[in-house]
Amino acid sequence: MASKVLLDPTAESTPAERQRITRPESLDGLTVGLLDISKPRGNVFLDRIAEHLERRGATVRRYRKPTFAKPAPVDLRHEIADQCHVVIEALAD
Amino acid sequence: MAAPPLPEGLVAVVKRDCETCRTVAPVLAELAEVTSLTIYSQDDPAFPEGLEVTDDRDLSVSWHHDIETVPTLIRVGANGEEARTVGWSLQQWRALAGIDQLAENLSLPEQRPGCGSMSVDPDLVDTLRARHSGSLLRSRHLDLAEAEDEFEYMHRMGWSDGLPLVPPTAERVLAMLEGTSRPPDEVVAIVPPDLVQATVEKIAISAVMAGCLPEHLPWVITAVEAVCNDEFNMHGLLATTMPVGPVIVCSGPGTSRIGMNPGVNALGQGNRASLSIGRALQLLVRNLGGGRPGGVDRATHGNPGKLSFCFSEHPGPFGSLASSRSDIDESTDAITVFAGEGPRCIVDQLSRTPESLAGTLAENLRSMHHHKLALAFDAILVLGPEHVRVFTEGGWDRTRIVAELEARLQLPYAEIVRGAGGIAEGIPDGLGLESLPKFSPGGLMLAHAGGGAGLFSMLIAGWVNGDSGSRPVTRAVQY
Repeated sequence: MASKVLLDPTAESTPAERQRITRPESLDGLTVGLLDISKPRGNVFLDRIAEHLERRGATVRRYRKPTFAKPAPVDLRHEIADQCHVVIEALAD
Repeated sequence: MAAPPLPEGLVAVVKRDCETCRTVAPVLAELAEVTSLTIYSQDDPAFPEGLEVTDDRDLSVSWHHDIETVPTLIRVGANGEEARTVGWSLQQWRALAGIDQLAENLSLPEQRPGCGSMSVDPDLVDTLRARHSGSLLRSRHLDLAEAEDEFEYMHRMGWSDGLPLVPPTAERVLAMLEGTSRPPDEVVAIVPPDLVQATVEKIAISAVMAGCLPEHLPWVITAVEAVCNDEFNMHGLLATTMPVGPVIVCSGPGTSRIGMNPGVNALGQGNRASLSIGRALQLLVRNLGGGRPGGVDRATHGNPGKLSFCFSEHPGPFGSLASSRSDIDESTDAITVFAGEGPRCIVDQLSRTPESLAGTLAENLRSMHHHKLALAFDAILVLGPEHVRVFTEGGWDRTRIVAELEARLQLPYAEIVRGAGGIAEGIPDGLGLESLPKFSPGGLMLAHAGGGAGLFSMLIAGWVNGDSGSRPVTRAVQY
């Protein structure tokens, strides 16, 4: 559970989630986060993705949700946003 | 969370860390023998030893049943609480328990004061209020990551006026709500430009972010009510290109109780009450109403007072601005909101007669916005105490000062008509008038504030007045 909770001062007419940044033109020199949602064999898929990305000059960082059944914890989302330019979330089953 | 009901019979609330509680432990043992007794322990469920004790370390029973002192002994009947006594008093415990021989064989003092209940510990009370009353709050909860800086988050969310904000946690908002008797879900006003309902809760959130204390909240709520109506026209005030914002003039005994300063640097920095009340109003319009610079706020220049512009008046000698504009007397806390720009100084260090000083003030008032424009704008003239003294020593009261200024502010039509003096700006040609007054009736208002030294007054110029613009609004503070 997050340690800090603030009350929304606004009219709450927009989603609380922050907006996505625009897609980059290229992945050259960017750090790409690969988020494994913890479904079986997701890692197999992501291993292959990582190989491709590294070949194209991207730095890859790996992350894993504790369980596929719940949204990613806010701390994990913050960590990814802090450390990566781009994130790929993968599902395999 | 609903209050946990107390069981029928006798109820005692104690804590080990209280000498009086330890003193009465044998009495509790005696009561447990002969009657139905439920003991709640705030700090240690093993205390008192040898007795059946209900754990109240989360203080929910203590909180909901307003335990302020331990020990507290309560008699509970079929319909709830019937009586309670706090601390130790042999006589009162015997009466409450209905046992004349209670503690007869114990050598206890006749009485002994209790200790503070943990549920009213100042270090715990905000957390407890949030835990037990948090469900009163309806606003969306926004989770932040552990490593996220909440101050930067608030800037990123666009909530800030440019300065840091106090994070509006449930604890702080609930503590703020203690400042008013009004319920959190009461709708106070509809806030422009997005026409959003301002509940007491949303106003309290703004007040927290602005840095208010709970005792400031009634003033903020009243200011919100005063600006959000057709008469004051907050929407127009936001949308205008002129550099105006809501100016809040406060009066009444409550101003000094909440620490407002009508004296040295009255319109300046350094006073928490004034600055945070004015800022809370602006933050509400920004965040709840959606009125932001570059959005609906189209000011060409703006002015620093749009962060916060709120000040209090000296009492006397000729009544407050609020009492001059309404039937609210000076003993009532009140505010007047005015659509005004930043203040400017009028210097007159030599006048010692009211006539001479009125001449100075009139010349300066004439130049307000443009020396050739008339009737369109109101003003508040904040007289400094030394200028007030010149008037009172000359026997002029508020009515006389205004009348004398108005008499000096009849602008000859030939001087203010468009093109006169080689200046295009002015009043339209061909109206066939002798003169026009600078101010419409009631448009020149006096307030009284400032330090005791300095023969200065301050002019706060207004925005478009009347039906097409904004009228000042005066309200008594609602607690």
